[in-house]
Amino acid sequence: MLAKRIIPCLDVKDGHTVKGVQFVNFRDAGDPVELGKQYSQMGADELVYLDITASHEGRHTFTELVRRIASEVNIPFTVGGGISELADVERLLSAGADKVSVNSAAIRRPELISEIASRFGCQECVVAIDARLEDDGTWRCYLNGGRIPTEHNLFDWALEAQERGAGEILFTSMNHDGEKKGFANEALARLHETLSIPIIASGGAGTMEHFRDAFTIGHADAALAASVFHFGEIPIHDLKEYLLKENIAIRI
Amino acid sequence: MIAVVKYNAGNIFSVLCALKRLGYEAVLTDDPDTLRRADKVVFPGVGEARAAMEHLNANGLSDVIRGLKQPVLGICIGMQLLCRHSEESDVDCLGIFDADVVRFNPTNPELKVPHMGWNQIRNMKSPLFDGVNEGSFVYYVHSYHAQVCPYTIAVTEYDGPYSAALHKDNFYATQFHPEKSGSVGEQILKNFLEL
Repeated sequence: MLAKRIIPCLDVKDGHTVKGVQFVNFRDAGDPVELGKQYSQMGADELVYLDITASHEGRHTFTELVRRIASEVNIPFTVGGGISELADVERLLSAGADKVSVNSAAIRRPELISEIASRFGCQECVVAIDARLEDDGTWRCYLNGGRIPTEHNLFDWALEAQERGAGEILFTSMNHDGEKKGFANEALARLHETLSIPIIASGGAGTMEHFRDAFTIGHADAALAASVFHFGEIPIHDLKEYLLKENIAIRI
Repeated sequence: MIAVVKYNAGNIFSVLCALKRLGYEAVLTDDPDTLRRADKVVFPGVGEARAAMEHLNANGLSDVIRGLKQPVLGICIGMQLLCRHSEESDVDCLGIFDADVVRFNPTNPELKVPHMGWNQIRNMKSPLFDGVNEGSFVYYVHSYHAQVCPYTIAVTEYDGPYSAALHKDNFYATQFHPEKSGSVGEQILKNFLEL
């Protein structure tokens, strides 16, 4: 049985994890490689590393980091942040990343998805979408980490991304992100009905029940979270034991 | 010496890293003599079947791979290329395994394509799986698969059973990525290296 995936997400700036991480007996909470190994041992199914560095030098640092992650971490990982052209994708995949995640650049130039898919295979292309449920009831896609609204509707854009060759959709609900009140399950369920590729739920994790609901109500294939894992509020092993008891397909 | 086949497929660095974690320095090469002389050959990769086959044919690697006598391990697209034919762009492959590679076409809407993530391996029938428990999880990312055939040495269920791994003579192959499958994957790679 294909297991639902639990994915910790790490923000990286200048080669270090940004958000504080609180693990007991953990020597370097700022080292993304050590953190990745720790998460792998705890039972994470996959990792996402987001480069939030803006500078050119920072990009170089991140590529070196990707090489170190590939050398030491024995589970798959996706990298994203600042990918705007095929050369970025090439650089990160050849450094050992399993998948790349594209966001704003894909909305600005949707051909980027097709280019990645035909050059490297669709399974390596994750399209990340930040969307907000507006007052008029529509889900609108945003650019640049949620700062710039677009004319794209979440469901139409996700379908276009799939048709262009995306292998997976990482959907973050801006309404739910940081609120810790659960994932955007209704939108997830509608995405599930719209698409035939896997969907990663992101934004809103606060309790173990929220993960269960993302899988049962939202039909998500994977659930991503940051702070509940980094601050030890939800230990991954406990979460997986809980989900297994709730009859959800989980890798223990 | 362990040789890893160098061709136009992606994610080969991960395999080199995994071998290194197990204490083996592998050589990435497309040199026919080096490949023939290696103790073991790993044929990994992620990519598209036609582009890969065209590259192998154009560079004389197809015949080199077919003629290898030492243990060979194909991984993911490497396994598919060792089969007879792939439905992906309708291309003839290396023909080691008399099996066809076809696309997943699930009728159940819960089953997504690509088949992506951790799934279980069962009915293991090879020293490749020594020490691996029935139902262990391994990592998959693929849209095409080899059907169950006489060479099948492990199956995974996704819209029915398919070949998780194949074996014929000195050729072994896994559809999943042992280099990304945590400690289970490490055990399988170690078993291959110790064949």
